[in-house]
Amino acid sequence: MSERIGVFVCHCGTNISSVVDVEQVAKDAGGWDNVTVAMDYKYMCSDPGQELIQSKIKEHNLTRVVVAACSPRMHGPTFKKTLERVGVNGYLMEMANIREQCAWTSDPGELATEKATALTRAAVKRVNFHQPIKESEVSVNKATLVVGAGIAGIQTALQIASAGYPVYLVEKEAYIGGHMAQFDKTFPTMDCSACVLTPKMVDVNQDPNIDLFTNSQVVGVEGYVGNFKVKVRTEPRYVNLKTCTGCGDCVSACVMKDRIPSEFDEGLGKRSAIYIPFPQAVPLKAVVDKESCLFLAKGKCKQTCIEACQVNAINFQEEEKFTELEVGSIVLATGYKLFDPSIGPQWGYGLYDNVITGIQFERLANASGPTGGKLVLKDGSQPQRVAIMHCIGSRDENYYAHCSRVCCMSSVKFAHQIKEKTGAEVYEFYIDMRCFGKQYEEFYNRVQEEGVQFIRGKGSEVVEVDGQLTVRAEDTLLGVFREIPVDMVILNNALIPQEDSDQVASLFGLCSGEDGFFLEAHIKLAPVNTAVDGVFLAGCCQSPKDIPDTVAQASAAAAQALSAIALGKVKLSPVRAAVEASRCSGCMSCVNICPYGAVGFDKEQKVSVINQALCKGCGTCGAACPTGAITTSHFTREQIMAQIEGVCAQ
Amino acid sequence: MSKKKDFEPLIVGFLCNWCSYTGADLAGTARIKYPTSIKIVRVMCTGMVDPSYVVKAFKEGADGVLISGCHPGECHYVEGNVKTMRREPLLANLLEQLGIERERFKLMWASASEGEKFAKAVQEMTDILKPMGPLNLGGGKKIG
Amino acid sequence: MAKLKLAVYWGAACGGCDVSILDLHEKILKIGELADIVLWPLAADPKYSDIEAMEDKTIDLCLFNGAVRNSENLEIAELLRRKSKILVSLGSCACFGGIPGLGNLFNKKEIFNSVYLDREFNANEEQIVPKAKVTVPEGELTLPEFYNTVSSLEQVVDVDYFIPGCPPPPDLLWKAIEAIVSGNLPPKGSVIAGDKALCHECPRKREGRKVKEFKRLVDVILDEEICILEQGVVCNGPATRGGCGARCVRANIPCRGCFGPIEDALDQGTQLLSAIASTIDSDNPEEIKKITDQLADPAGTFYRFSLPVSMLKRRKEEGEE
Ligand code: SF4
Ligand code: SF4
Ligand code: FES
Repeated sequence: MSERIGVFVCHCGTNISSVVDVEQVAKDAGGWDNVTVAMDYKYMCSDPGQELIQSKIKEHNLTRVVVAACSPRMHGPTFKKTLERVGVNGYLMEMANIREQCAWTSDPGELATEKATALTRAAVKRVNFHQPIKESEVSVNKATLVVGAGIAGIQTALQIASAGYPVYLVEKEAYIGGHMAQFDKTFPTMDCSACVLTPKMVDVNQDPNIDLFTNSQVVGVEGYVGNFKVKVRTEPRYVNLKTCTGCGDCVSACVMKDRIPSEFDEGLGKRSAIYIPFPQAVPLKAVVDKESCLFLAKGKCKQTCIEACQVNAINFQEEEKFTELEVGSIVLATGYKLFDPSIGPQWGYGLYDNVITGIQFERLANASGPTGGKLVLKDGSQPQRVAIMHCIGSRDENYYAHCSRVCCMSSVKFAHQIKEKTGAEVYEFYIDMRCFGKQYEEFYNRVQEEGVQFIRGKGSEVVEVDGQLTVRAEDTLLGVFREIPVDMVILNNALIPQEDSDQVASLFGLCSGEDGFFLEAHIKLAPVNTAVDGVFLAGCCQSPKDIPDTVAQASAAAAQALSAIALGKVKLSPVRAAVEASRCSGCMSCVNICPYGAVGFDKEQKVSVINQALCKGCGTCGAACPTGAITTSHFTREQIMAQIEGVCAQ
Repeated sequence: MSKKKDFEPLIVGFLCNWCSYTGADLAGTARIKYPTSIKIVRVMCTGMVDPSYVVKAFKEGADGVLISGCHPGECHYVEGNVKTMRREPLLANLLEQLGIERERFKLMWASASEGEKFAKAVQEMTDILKPMGPLNLGGGKKIG
Repeated sequence: MAKLKLAVYWGAACGGCDVSILDLHEKILKIGELADIVLWPLAADPKYSDIEAMEDKTIDLCLFNGAVRNSENLEIAELLRRKSKILVSLGSCACFGGIPGLGNLFNKKEIFNSVYLDREFNANEEQIVPKAKVTVPEGELTLPEFYNTVSSLEQVVDVDYFIPGCPPPPDLLWKAIEAIVSGNLPPKGSVIAGDKALCHECPRKREGRKVKEFKRLVDVILDEEICILEQGVVCNGPATRGGCGARCVRANIPCRGCFGPIEDALDQGTQLLSAIASTIDSDNPEEIKKITDQLADPAGTFYRFSLPVSMLKRRKEEGEE
């Protein structure tokens, strides 16, 4: 039986029609084999556009539909539903991508129209071979995995847990809180970071629905949306999480006391080998740093800590542990790393004592930091003149092209704090002031009024002139070159992807963007989704963002996971491979090449068998099959061959 | 193709859904112009591209075939692209024996964010194919 | 029952198919009882003109072996088609072009150069190559025209049945003859052979292969029990129609592909190529290239018998005469 195909060509306002002669495409299509009706319309995806398609389906009893419009990645699901609402299986539709892959990349004219026609013809040829497909549904495991316990992960975990569902929260550090735990104040309200964050960290620890894994990393991910199997490796803490009371006796007893630079204090303070990084740490339990512990690193130590501990919580025999988890959704909240300004000698970082980074400033300003909140120079004196340099490593083609999005505001915050604490002269070197958030501009105005000098121009160099720290910059407003002597320089360095973000991306099957941050499914319409169904993003692992945006995105990711849980089931992609046993000769070309081990071999029948639960539909086995016995649904040989004929026909 | 003064090559592109096809969409969203020579066929993964498809495209009149997928290590299906990587040189050798020059068949990797890279590759391939002229396979003739 | 009229003909062929008819041994006598041989260049004397003189469709069965390489092959194929009720494409050359079909990797000029001019052993001082027409003092001489491209029989005339094989196994031939004589005809277009690829009937053990290198048959002593491909030697079994009884692999020789592509195959060569290349045991492009280059003649290997019926049929023609 020959098909009755409807072809619908979209103008997309003038997006397509200003480049492609859409009327001509529709006219040509009307003459092709099996095409019953072909027409063009202003906006196919609009309500009237979809109704048009539906009415033509009914009027002409169409069996197949081709929509020549935008990318199927954009509106594929939309038009699939258009068909389904009038009782036609959504897989009997094919889109021709004449916007993103034609109109928007071509100059107006004949060639563009020819290309659009070819793409549409290919879709028509292909759709002849489409088959109705029933999507299978699987139940959703009610547990969620959240990776990373900074503010993003914490927010997601709490939100899901508050709905009554279990969460596994995996953090690679020994403590949760991430960068936010290190901050002193938060802009624009200047409330103390700890005051906002600490209660949340405590909630995480106390919530019966949250299972916290510190010192842990995800090392294996299997399965698919609704039913992931995750393997977590937990490094030994050498301190019993249950019995340790967090009293800190071991910390003061440690022979390495105050000899190790504290990571939490960004090297400005010192700690022991067994330590608790800050008083509000969660979990409030000691941890042994195996690199600096004399016993663990060298095997020789009096082990004064063991003596000191009254509850015998320290155990140097502890070993790494693996835990297998089953979850329905995964939220990645793995955060960011800070750009290392010592890479560029022009900034003087690591060369001059009083050149520090933004996060170091946070620790200096923090009442529980190494100076007790006193803003002092290396020699203990108060600075009189401070420079704050924006965009260190950001918006810089030599390093990272992206805007780190938080530095303008944190710089303003630093300026305000310096004024407040020391009354020093403050100079801010900026490219543009980006004060886009709620109350940000107001905050900036206020700080300007406090007498902070804003110099438009990226600080190009930090040097010492006769022992005097000096910032060189071009003031682009005045058009003059300036040299400003200061006592302290704060480099507000870029937020960049985590060191291991590539490995994490491939572990979870994600893509990274050009900037190295994880790629969302759609920058506007699906900013927390990823290419992998059931894996969501929250916070700075997707791109730099401030705390309000991070919390909002974290809640959105939680909502995504919760909606899958609430529905209890998810649809699986129906693209899957299957073996036609009567064609298979048992040559075993396919068995070793499936990335998921989904191809098995039936020794009795001497044929390959594909496990439908494991197959993800990449089609690799089908392309390797020498007899054509393996078919990948919705990407069959006939369909692709027809499509090739379609694009090539003149 | 009748009234065209210049020879416009036809390139059939097989692009994987997850990286390169998305990258090609991005090139569009960013309004990066590239030749209309390429006509894209979406596949789920480059691993799905049967060498027969490549030959079929040439048979149907393509002057070039471009396969583009995720970078090695970034395939949405872990390593479907590795299978393509294994097929490519052998297929290229076979095609050369069949008189299809090496330049006419290309395998590349472009991530979802590399719209510009993709557009450049299309431009380059088009520039290479233009002076080579049409492939004009004569295999369709019945006798002779 | 009246005796059947039987014709046997060879196009571009080596004669092996005719010999396989003789390999029917004592059954050949039965053929003599059942049929009158109206044409068989190898074994009998009738001339083309005798056939031309016949009414159309007077030959009951014609076994045509050999490919179509020149105008004589074509002319006789057309003639025999007209005169025969049932035309059987016998052997790999008739079915798929066969070994002569590999000539499609070259053109006429290259072949003539190689055969008549370029070889050290050619004693051809006058540089003479065959021409379709030559005028000599005595008049005009003609030879069949040598084509640039080899075709299978089916590509030039309508064919009823196919018996593949190089040469076709006598048991399949006999099976076909019996079916035709008894009037128990299979559907038109049937291939008298297996349905599945050869691996199906291959007795060798296999585990799922990983190709680490390509070895030539002469360089190895093959284990008799294990899949030949798994031993690094190309075997065409995975993409070749079975039904041959797996004679080669049982004799410790890889399948050469003589039974041609299986039913509805896209392309025997590229599909075999993909099956083998996909299992190359390396993820490193340079290493893959190195392994790949060990296979000196992929086209000749993967299309050994089927180039003329493959998707591209031949090497690109460069506007040669
Ligand atoms: S389609 Fe891909 S995932 Fe599915 S069985 Fe084949 S190789 Fe495995
Ligand atoms: S590849 Fe050859 S040896 Fe291996 S199973 Fe198939 S026919 Fe047998
Ligand atoms: S999904 Fe892109 S190459 Fe496999």
